[in-house]
Amino acid sequence: MKLSPSQMAWRAAQDIEDGAYVNLGIGFPEMVARFQPPGRQAIFHTENGILGFGEAPPPGKEDWDLINAGKKAVTLKPGTAFFHHADSFAMVRGGHLDVAILGAYEVAETGDLANWSTGPKGVPAVGGAMDLVHGAKRVAVMTDHVTKDGKPKLLERCSLPLTGVACVTRVYSSHAVIDIVGGRFVLREKLPSLTFDVLQSMTGAILHLDGPVADLVVPDL
Amino acid sequence: MDKTLPDLKAAVAGIADGMTVMIGGFGGSGAPIELIHALIDRYVATGHPKGLTVVNNNAGNGHVGLAALIEAGMVAKLICSFPRSADPVVFTEMYLAGKIELELVPQGTLAERIRAGGAGIPAFYTPTSYGTDLAKGKPVEVFEGRPYVQERWLKADYALVKAHLGDRLGNLTYRMAARNFNPLMCMAAATTIVQVSRIVDPGEIDPEAVITPGIFVQGVVEVPDPAQEETLNRAGARYGEVAA
Repeated sequence: MKLSPSQMAWRAAQDIEDGAYVNLGIGFPEMVARFQPPGRQAIFHTENGILGFGEAPPPGKEDWDLINAGKKAVTLKPGTAFFHHADSFAMVRGGHLDVAILGAYEVAETGDLANWSTGPKGVPAVGGAMDLVHGAKRVAVMTDHVTKDGKPKLLERCSLPLTGVACVTRVYSSHAVIDIVGGRFVLREKLPSLTFDVLQSMTGAILHLDGPVADLVVPDL
Repeated sequence: MDKTLPDLKAAVAGIADGMTVMIGGFGGSGAPIELIHALIDRYVATGHPKGLTVVNNNAGNGHVGLAALIEAGMVAKLICSFPRSADPVVFTEMYLAGKIELELVPQGTLAERIRAGGAGIPAFYTPTSYGTDLAKGKPVEVFEGRPYVQERWLKADYALVKAHLGDRLGNLTYRMAARNFNPLMCMAAATTIVQVSRIVDPGEIDPEAVITPGIFVQGVVEVPDPAQEETLNRAGARYGEVAA
């Protein structure tokens, strides 16, 4: 039993306050926008220069001048703003974004993140990830708890090339919600069906406790 | 003063071997497909320009625009942040074969380096890339207790850019997110050539709406109904089959 990407996205969305400015990484983190709790309005930022864009248009209605950082078509909403790339990354590095949610290959208990390169083979590509991990007030990661081969992705130290040092503060995994505090993983929530020991065995660093651990309960999505 | 150029051929005539050329756009949005194809036309006809260093966020998609420029063998080095796309086969094959050099730059650093080049700022410090492979060899300094990496400005001989409206003085507007890197590149190149959907008389663009002031623009050429890279790629188009 583990959370689907939609369910991880739902859980991450519960922590986004009304009025927050949010950047969602390409791929699974983009799904967070679908699960905004009723009564809250977040404003989404995309690196290529839009604030406050809406969902994907129906097929055939795309305007290819209106895309997100993943090069997917989006739509206009009342209050949308366009800007150039230097302004866009001023929003990122300048501390103006409230939340950035990214994917991860590996996260270390120090808050280090590796999410851009799987090593020397192939073509390296970094995009805006190295900028996004610096500046947003809260940098969270959404990731499967283990790799496809069952190896831990939450580690004492990252083995892959780093995206940023000591930047991640919360991990929404397929099995748990874990904060990074003072260079330690602190378990906040776990799937109720999972024992602490099993979760610890799936994690490559010590899980610390700081108060009660809540049940990670997510709707069927 | 009239910065209007007669046609695409004239627009790209000054680009010489070995030059650094900034090409606008983020993926296909804001990409000056017609200017790029005109440059390839010149190379096909004359063997020049070649050995170019190209600055763009990406590495092209499919077999049109920037991908076609790379495929033609005109690009020696690419400076970009994200050389992947839905169909990056051209760049990927040439890179893995060692036929093109890559300088990988984080996206925000790329934007700021270009802005700095246009603004006369030779270097700046950014938190981005600190402690990563992309900061290796770069000076680090601590400000208010936090480490920052020194990055250098980026300038070009030419910028090829797509805008929406342009007047004869070079004042420009852009369409939606097609703005992206384009205003920055206009600033950072010694010669900026812009393709616009429509050339208008001075005064027809509301001064409040001008995004790029004409001082940053040297030439404007009209390309009505410009091609969109995404639309071309969905149709399986290739350079050479696309009418310039």
